[in-house]
Amino acid sequence: MNTVAFAIIAIFTLTFALAAATNPRLMHAALSFAAMFVGIAGFFFLLGAEFVGLVQIFVYVGAVAVLIVFTILLTRRETQPHHGFKWGGVIVAGAVFAGLLWAIIKTSAVSIAAPLVKALTVKQIGEVLMTQYVWPLLCVGVLLTAALIGALVLVMEDRSER
Amino acid sequence: MTPTLQFFLIVSAALFCIGLLAALSRRHAIFILIGIEMMLAAANLNFIAFWRFGARSPAPIGVMVVIFSIAIAAAEAAVGLAMVIAIYRHFRTTNVDQFNRLKG
Repeated sequence: MNTVAFAIIAIFTLTFALAAATNPRLMHAALSFAAMFVGIAGFFFLLGAEFVGLVQIFVYVGAVAVLIVFTILLTRRETQPHHGFKWGGVIVAGAVFAGLLWAIIKTSAVSIAAPLVKALTVKQIGEVLMTQYVWPLLCVGVLLTAALIGALVLVMEDRSER
Repeated sequence: MTPTLQFFLIVSAALFCIGLLAALSRRHAIFILIGIEMMLAAANLNFIAFWRFGARSPAPIGVMVVIFSIAIAAAEAAVGLAMVIAIYRHFRTTNVDQFNRLKG
Protein backbone atom coordinates (compact mmCIF):
# COMPACT_ATOMS: atom_id res chain seq x y z
CA MET A 1 0.00 0.00 0.00
CA ASN A 2 1.46 3.29 -1.06
CA THR A 3 2.17 5.89 1.61
CA VAL A 4 2.17 8.83 -0.81
CA ALA A 5 -1.28 7.86 -2.13
CA PHE A 6 -2.57 7.55 1.43
CA ALA A 7 -1.19 10.96 2.36
CA ILE A 8 -2.64 12.68 -0.71
CA ILE A 9 -6.10 11.15 -0.27
CA ALA A 10 -6.08 11.89 3.48
CA ILE A 11 -5.18 15.56 3.00
CA PHE A 12 -7.75 15.90 0.19
CA THR A 13 -10.54 14.34 2.26
CA LEU A 14 -9.84 16.16 5.51
CA THR A 15 -9.48 19.53 3.77
CA PHE A 16 -12.84 19.24 2.07
CA ALA A 17 -14.45 17.89 5.24
CA LEU A 18 -13.21 20.90 7.20
CA ALA A 19 -14.41 23.21 4.43
CA ALA A 20 -17.85 21.59 4.49
CA ALA A 21 -18.08 21.93 8.26
CA THR A 22 -16.96 25.55 8.62
CA ASN A 23 -17.63 27.47 5.40
CA PRO A 24 -20.42 30.01 5.96
CA ARG A 25 -21.44 29.96 2.29
CA LEU A 26 -23.98 27.20 1.75
CA MET A 27 -23.31 26.15 -1.81
CA HIS A 28 -19.55 26.02 -1.35
CA ALA A 29 -19.95 23.85 1.70
CA ALA A 30 -22.34 21.48 -0.10
CA LEU A 31 -19.94 21.03 -3.01
CA SER A 32 -17.01 20.49 -0.64
CA PHE A 33 -19.15 17.81 0.99
CA ALA A 34 -19.50 16.08 -2.42
CA ALA A 35 -15.75 16.30 -3.01
CA MET A 36 -15.09 14.78 0.40
CA PHE A 37 -17.05 11.68 -0.57
CA VAL A 38 -14.89 11.30 -3.66
CA GLY A 39 -11.92 11.33 -1.27
CA ILE A 40 -13.47 8.63 0.89
CA ALA A 41 -14.13 6.55 -2.22
CA GLY A 42 -10.41 6.95 -2.94
CA PHE A 43 -9.72 5.42 0.47
CA PHE A 44 -11.98 2.50 -0.38
CA PHE A 45 -10.04 1.94 -3.59
CA LEU A 46 -6.78 2.02 -1.63
CA LEU A 47 -8.12 -0.59 0.79
CA GLY A 48 -9.11 -3.00 -1.96
CA ALA A 49 -12.90 -2.54 -1.80
CA GLU A 50 -13.40 -1.11 -5.27
CA PHE A 51 -17.06 -2.08 -5.59
CA VAL A 52 -17.97 -0.20 -2.41
CA GLY A 53 -15.98 2.78 -3.63
CA LEU A 54 -18.03 2.96 -6.81
CA VAL A 55 -21.30 2.42 -4.91
CA GLN A 56 -20.24 5.29 -2.65
CA ILE A 57 -19.70 7.59 -5.64
CA PHE A 58 -23.02 6.61 -7.21
CA VAL A 59 -25.11 6.90 -4.08
CA TYR A 60 -23.45 9.64 -2.04
CA VAL A 61 -22.04 11.98 -4.66
CA GLY A 62 -24.66 11.20 -7.29
CA ALA A 63 -27.76 11.14 -5.13
CA VAL A 64 -27.29 12.45 -1.59
CA ALA A 65 -25.10 15.45 -2.43
CA VAL A 66 -27.37 16.46 -5.33
CA LEU A 67 -30.39 16.10 -3.04
CA ILE A 68 -28.73 18.42 -0.55
CA VAL A 69 -27.95 20.98 -3.26
CA PHE A 70 -31.57 20.90 -4.41
CA THR A 71 -32.83 21.34 -0.87
CA ILE A 72 -30.52 24.31 -0.37
CA LEU A 73 -31.92 25.85 -3.54
CA LEU A 74 -35.50 25.21 -2.44
CA THR A 75 -35.09 26.67 1.04
CA ARG A 76 -33.24 29.89 0.37
CA ARG A 77 -34.60 33.40 0.48
CA GLU A 78 -33.27 36.47 -1.25
CA THR A 79 -31.89 38.12 1.86
CA GLN A 80 -30.47 35.09 3.66
CA PRO A 81 -29.00 36.26 6.96
CA HIS A 82 -25.79 34.70 8.09
CA HIS A 83 -26.56 31.87 10.46
CA GLY A 84 -24.46 31.81 13.60
CA PHE A 85 -21.69 29.47 14.56
CA LYS A 86 -21.56 28.14 18.10
CA TRP A 87 -18.03 27.75 19.37
CA GLY A 88 -18.91 25.23 22.07
CA GLY A 89 -19.06 22.56 19.40
CA VAL A 90 -15.38 23.03 18.66
CA ILE A 91 -14.48 22.20 22.26
CA VAL A 92 -16.66 19.09 22.32
CA ALA A 93 -15.36 17.86 18.96
CA GLY A 94 -11.77 18.48 20.07
CA ALA A 95 -12.34 16.56 23.29
CA VAL A 96 -13.89 13.61 21.44
CA PHE A 97 -11.01 13.59 18.96
CA ALA A 98 -8.46 13.63 21.79
CA GLY A 99 -10.21 10.69 23.45
CA LEU A 100 -10.35 8.65 20.23
CA LEU A 101 -6.73 9.44 19.42
CA TRP A 102 -5.61 8.30 22.86
CA ALA A 103 -7.57 5.05 22.51
CA ILE A 104 -6.11 4.34 19.07
CA ILE A 105 -2.52 5.00 20.07
CA LYS A 106 -2.78 3.05 23.30
CA THR A 107 -4.06 -0.11 21.58
CA SER A 108 -1.09 -2.14 20.42
CA ALA A 109 -3.16 -4.58 18.38
CA VAL A 110 -3.95 -2.05 15.69
CA SER A 111 -0.42 -1.26 14.53
CA ILE A 112 -0.33 -4.26 12.23
CA ALA A 113 0.59 -4.18 8.59
CA ALA A 114 -1.78 -5.21 5.82
CA PRO A 115 -1.85 -8.95 5.14
CA LEU A 116 -1.65 -10.08 1.55
CA VAL A 117 -5.11 -11.25 0.51
CA LYS A 118 -6.72 -12.17 -2.75
CA ALA A 119 -8.70 -9.46 -4.48
CA LEU A 120 -12.41 -9.32 -3.77
CA THR A 121 -14.37 -9.73 -6.99
CA VAL A 122 -17.86 -8.48 -7.74
CA LYS A 123 -18.83 -12.10 -8.44
CA GLN A 124 -18.06 -13.00 -4.83
CA ILE A 125 -20.03 -10.03 -3.54
CA GLY A 126 -22.99 -10.97 -5.72
CA GLU A 127 -22.94 -14.59 -4.58
CA VAL A 128 -22.77 -13.64 -0.90
CA LEU A 129 -25.48 -11.01 -1.34
CA MET A 130 -27.87 -13.50 -2.90
CA THR A 131 -27.26 -16.43 -0.56
CA GLN A 132 -26.15 -15.32 2.89
CA TYR A 133 -27.42 -11.75 2.90
CA VAL A 134 -30.68 -12.12 1.00
CA TRP A 135 -32.83 -11.24 4.02
CA PRO A 136 -31.03 -7.93 4.70
CA LEU A 137 -31.23 -7.17 0.99
CA LEU A 138 -35.02 -7.58 0.94
CA CYS A 139 -35.38 -5.60 4.16
CA VAL A 140 -33.31 -2.74 2.73
CA GLY A 141 -35.57 -2.80 -0.34
CA VAL A 142 -38.65 -2.42 1.84
CA LEU A 143 -36.91 0.27 3.88
CA LEU A 144 -36.01 2.30 0.79
CA THR A 145 -39.57 2.05 -0.53
CA ALA A 146 -40.99 3.16 2.80
CA ALA A 147 -38.49 6.02 3.06
CA LEU A 148 -39.31 7.30 -0.41
CA ILE A 149 -43.05 7.15 0.15
CA GLY A 150 -42.59 8.83 3.52
CA ALA A 151 -40.49 11.62 2.03
CA LEU A 152 -43.11 12.22 -0.65
CA VAL A 153 -45.90 12.36 1.92
CA LEU A 154 -43.93 14.84 4.01
CA VAL A 155 -43.32 17.19 1.11
CA MET A 156 -46.70 16.92 -0.57
CA GLU A 157 -48.91 19.97 -0.24
CA ASP A 158 -52.29 19.35 1.27
CA ARG A 159 -54.79 20.68 -1.25
CA SER A 160 -57.84 18.77 -0.05
CA GLU A 161 -58.05 20.41 3.36
CA ARG A 162 -58.07 24.08 2.34
CA MET B 1 6.80 2.91 5.70
CA THR B 2 3.47 1.50 4.59
CA PRO B 3 0.37 2.84 6.33
CA THR B 4 -0.73 0.61 9.18
CA LEU B 5 -4.25 0.30 10.55
CA GLN B 6 -3.59 3.16 12.98
CA PHE B 7 -3.32 5.69 10.16
CA PHE B 8 -6.71 4.75 8.78
CA LEU B 9 -8.30 4.80 12.23
CA ILE B 10 -6.87 8.24 12.97
CA VAL B 11 -8.17 9.62 9.68
CA SER B 12 -11.60 8.13 10.30
CA ALA B 13 -11.63 9.52 13.87
CA ALA B 14 -10.72 12.97 12.51
CA LEU B 15 -13.52 12.71 9.94
CA PHE B 16 -15.97 11.70 12.65
CA CYS B 17 -14.99 14.64 14.82
CA ILE B 18 -15.27 17.08 11.92
CA GLY B 19 -18.78 15.71 11.32
CA LEU B 20 -19.54 16.15 15.03
CA LEU B 21 -18.28 19.73 14.78
CA ALA B 22 -20.60 20.40 11.84
CA ALA B 23 -23.58 18.84 13.62
CA LEU B 24 -23.04 20.70 16.89
CA SER B 25 -22.02 24.19 15.87
CA ARG B 26 -23.87 25.04 12.65
CA ARG B 27 -27.27 26.65 12.96
CA HIS B 28 -28.63 25.75 9.52
CA ALA B 29 -30.73 22.57 9.48
CA ILE B 30 -29.15 21.20 6.31
CA PHE B 31 -25.65 21.49 7.71
CA ILE B 32 -26.59 19.43 10.72
CA LEU B 33 -27.68 16.72 8.27
CA ILE B 34 -24.36 17.09 6.43
CA GLY B 35 -22.56 16.53 9.73
CA ILE B 36 -24.56 13.38 10.40
CA GLU B 37 -23.76 12.03 6.92
CA MET B 38 -20.10 12.76 7.53
CA MET B 39 -20.15 10.75 10.77
CA LEU B 40 -21.74 7.82 8.95
CA ALA B 41 -19.08 7.98 6.25
CA ALA B 42 -16.34 7.92 8.88
CA ALA B 43 -17.87 4.78 10.42
CA ASN B 44 -17.98 3.16 6.97
CA LEU B 45 -14.29 3.90 6.49
CA ASN B 46 -13.61 2.29 9.85
CA PHE B 47 -15.46 -0.87 8.83
CA ILE B 48 -13.54 -1.23 5.58
CA ALA B 49 -10.21 -0.57 7.29
CA PHE B 50 -10.81 -3.26 9.88
CA TRP B 51 -12.02 -5.68 7.22
CA ARG B 52 -8.90 -5.13 5.15
CA PHE B 53 -6.39 -5.41 7.95
CA GLY B 54 -7.93 -8.35 9.73
CA ALA B 55 -8.76 -10.50 6.73
CA ARG B 56 -8.40 -14.14 7.69
CA SER B 57 -11.13 -15.62 5.53
CA PRO B 58 -12.33 -14.52 2.12
CA ALA B 59 -15.72 -13.53 3.56
CA PRO B 60 -16.60 -9.95 2.57
CA ILE B 61 -18.37 -9.13 5.82
CA GLY B 62 -17.06 -5.56 6.15
CA VAL B 63 -17.98 -4.80 2.54
CA MET B 64 -21.52 -6.11 3.07
CA VAL B 65 -22.05 -4.01 6.18
CA VAL B 66 -20.87 -0.89 4.36
CA ILE B 67 -23.11 -1.53 1.34
CA PHE B 68 -26.17 -1.73 3.58
CA SER B 69 -24.97 1.24 5.63
CA ILE B 70 -24.71 3.38 2.49
CA ALA B 71 -28.25 2.41 1.44
CA ILE B 72 -29.68 3.20 4.87
CA ALA B 73 -27.81 6.51 5.07
CA ALA B 74 -29.23 7.53 1.70
CA ALA B 75 -32.78 6.72 2.86
CA GLU B 76 -32.24 8.67 6.07
CA ALA B 77 -30.87 11.66 4.16
CA ALA B 78 -33.93 11.68 1.90
CA VAL B 79 -36.36 11.63 4.82
CA GLY B 80 -34.36 14.24 6.75
CA LEU B 81 -34.27 16.63 3.81
CA ALA B 82 -38.01 16.15 3.24
CA MET B 83 -38.54 17.17 6.86
CA VAL B 84 -36.36 20.25 6.37
CA ILE B 85 -38.46 21.30 3.37
CA ALA B 86 -41.70 20.71 5.27
CA ILE B 87 -40.46 22.73 8.26
CA TYR B 88 -39.23 25.52 6.00
CA ARG B 89 -42.64 25.73 4.42
CA HIS B 90 -44.14 26.33 7.86
CA PHE B 91 -41.54 28.54 9.56
CA ARG B 92 -40.01 30.24 6.46
CA THR B 93 -36.56 29.84 8.01
CA THR B 94 -33.99 27.07 8.40
CA ASN B 95 -32.31 28.38 11.53
CA VAL B 96 -32.74 25.65 14.14
CA ASP B 97 -32.66 28.20 16.96
CA GLN B 98 -36.08 29.38 15.81
CA PHE B 99 -37.81 25.98 15.87
CA ASN B 100 -38.94 26.59 19.43
CA ARG B 101 -42.73 26.36 19.43
CA LEU B 102 -42.60 23.51 21.93
CA LYS B 103 -40.40 25.44 24.37
CA GLY B 104 -41.88 25.49 27.86
